Amino acid sequence: MSDARAAGRDQPLLVADGLAKAYGRLTACQDISFALYPGEVLAIVGESGSGKSTLLQLLSTQLAPSAGRVSYRMRDGVLRDLNSLGEAERRFLFRTDWGFVHQDPAQGLRMAVSAGANVGERLMAVGWTHYGRIRQSATSWLERVEIDVGRIDDAPRTYSGGMRQRLQIARNLVTEPRLVFMDEPTGGLDVSVQARLLDLVRGLVSELGLAVIVVTHDLAVARLLSHRIMVMKAGRVIETGLTDQVLDDPHQPYTQLLVSSILPA
Amino acid sequence: MTPTIATPTIVTPMAAAAAIETVIEIRNAEKTFTMHLQGGVQLPVVHGVSFEVRAGECVVLSGPSGAGKSSILKMIFGNYRCDGGIIAVRHEGAMLDIATAEPRRILDVRRSTIGYVSQFLRAVPRVPTIDVVAEPLLATGTARAVAHARAASLLRRLNIPERLWALPPSTFSGGEQQRVNIARGFISDLPILLLDEPSASLDAANREVVVDLIDEKKRAGVAMVAIVHDDDIRRRIADRVVDVTSFAVAA
Repeated sequence: MSDARAAGRDQPLLVADGLAKAYGRLTACQDISFALYPGEVLAIVGESGSGKSTLLQLLSTQLAPSAGRVSYRMRDGVLRDLNSLGEAERRFLFRTDWGFVHQDPAQGLRMAVSAGANVGERLMAVGWTHYGRIRQSATSWLERVEIDVGRIDDAPRTYSGGMRQRLQIARNLVTEPRLVFMDEPTGGLDVSVQARLLDLVRGLVSELGLAVIVVTHDLAVARLLSHRIMVMKAGRVIETGLTDQVLDDPHQPYTQLLVSSILPA
Repeated sequence: MTPTIATPTIVTPMAAAAAIETVIEIRNAEKTFTMHLQGGVQLPVVHGVSFEVRAGECVVLSGPSGAGKSSILKMIFGNYRCDGGIIAVRHEGAMLDIATAEPRRILDVRRSTIGYVSQFLRAVPRVPTIDVVAEPLLATGTARAVAHARAASLLRRLNIPERLWALPPSTFSGGEQQRVNIARGFISDLPILLLDEPSASLDAANREVVVDLIDEKKRAGVAMVAIVHDDDIRRRIADRVVDVTSFAVAA
C-alpha cells in the first residue's frame, strides 16, 4: 500500500447521506446513511425485495436517488457529491477507480471476445497502448485469478461459470480500483466453486487494500468476506455493526430470524 | 505440580515497569439476550461484571458451565455487544471503551491489541496451515519470511508434523486443529490475549507446551483472561481467579 493510501485511511471513501428511492408510492430504499472507509468490506444483507440491490445501484450512480446523496473521495482527496459529477468524471470512476462485479458474469464481460481482450480492454480505456504490456498484464491477472494462461485467447462463453466469474474479477481489478461493488458475486455458482471464489476474493481484497460493498443474501458470504454488515428489510437498514457481532449476537427480530435460518453444514 | 507463586520468573526491568499497568478495566458490564423468536423472552447472562487485569497477569474466570464465562470473553473482544457498563482496554497508549467503540475501532483493536484463542478453529478453506498460523503477523506488516519462521517454530513446539504444514487444517483431527489454533493465537505480540479453553482436547505433553507459552507471554508483559476447566492447569497459570457466579443475575 502506498503512503498516500495509508494517509487517507482515516477519511471516508464513500458517504451515503439520507438516501432514498421511491417508485411512485412504492419505497425501495429509505433513510440510508453510512460511511465506508478505505480497505473496508461492507456487506449489505437481506432477502429479495429488501432494497439491497436498489441501494447498490444508488451508491454506484446507476440510479438517481429520490432524496439524499452519495459522496465519494476522488483521487485528489476531495469528497465530491456524485450527483454533481459530469459524465466524463463518472465514466472515469467506472473505468478505473471502481469495479462492478455482477452476479451474472455475462453482464460484466464481453462474451464473444477473448479473455485477454476482456482484461486488456479496461487498460486500453485508461490509455494503455503498448500491446506487449497489455498482454503481459492480462496474463499475470489470469494467473492471479487461477485461470490457465493457455486459455487466454478463448472467449469466456467457452468458460465454466466459476472461470467466468474469476475472469470478471480480473477485468475489474486490473485498473487497481479503490472501490469494488459486488452484487451476489457467488450467486449462480456451485458450493465448491463458491468456496474457491470467496477465498480468492478474500485474498485479493486484503492484499490490494480494496474497499468493497457486497450485496448478498448469503450470510456465509458476508461472514467470510466482510468486516461490517448492514441488514436491510423493507427498504430500511434495521441493524448494523461488526460482521461477527451482528451474526453472533443479532438484536433485531428479523436479523435473529435470518441467522437462525441458516442450515447447518 | 508447582504452584504459581513458587515458580521462579526472571523479571526484566521493562516487564516490571509494565506490570503495574492496568490493561483491562471492566466496570458493571452487563449482557442480556432477548430471544425474539421465542416470544421475546429475556435471557440475562451477567450483570455487574467488574474486574481488572494488569500487564503480565493471567486472570482465570471460574464458574460452572453456563455462568457466562465465554460471554465475558466475547464482550471484551467486541464479539458480543455489551448492554451496559464499561469495558476499557489499553489500546495504543490510551484506554478505549469497547462497549461503545465504533466497529472500525474494534477492528483496529483486534489487529494491534487483543488476540483471541477460541475453542474451535474457524479456518478458511484451502489456506495452508503455515499461512493460517502466520496470518496475524502478516496482517500487521511482518515480512513473510519472518512470519513463516515464527509459525514454523510454534507448530514444531506444538508437535504438528512438518509434512502437514502445507495442507489446510480443515482435514486435521480435532486436537491438531486446536493446536493450530493455539499457534495462531500465540504467534503475535499483542498486549492482551483472551483464551477460551486453550488446553481442552490436548494430551499431557501438549498441555505442558501451552502452560509454557502462557508463562512466556506473562514474562513479555501480556495481560491474559482465560477460561480453563482443568484444575491443574488453572492452578499453574492463574495469578488471580475471578468467580463469574458473583455476576449471575438473580432469577
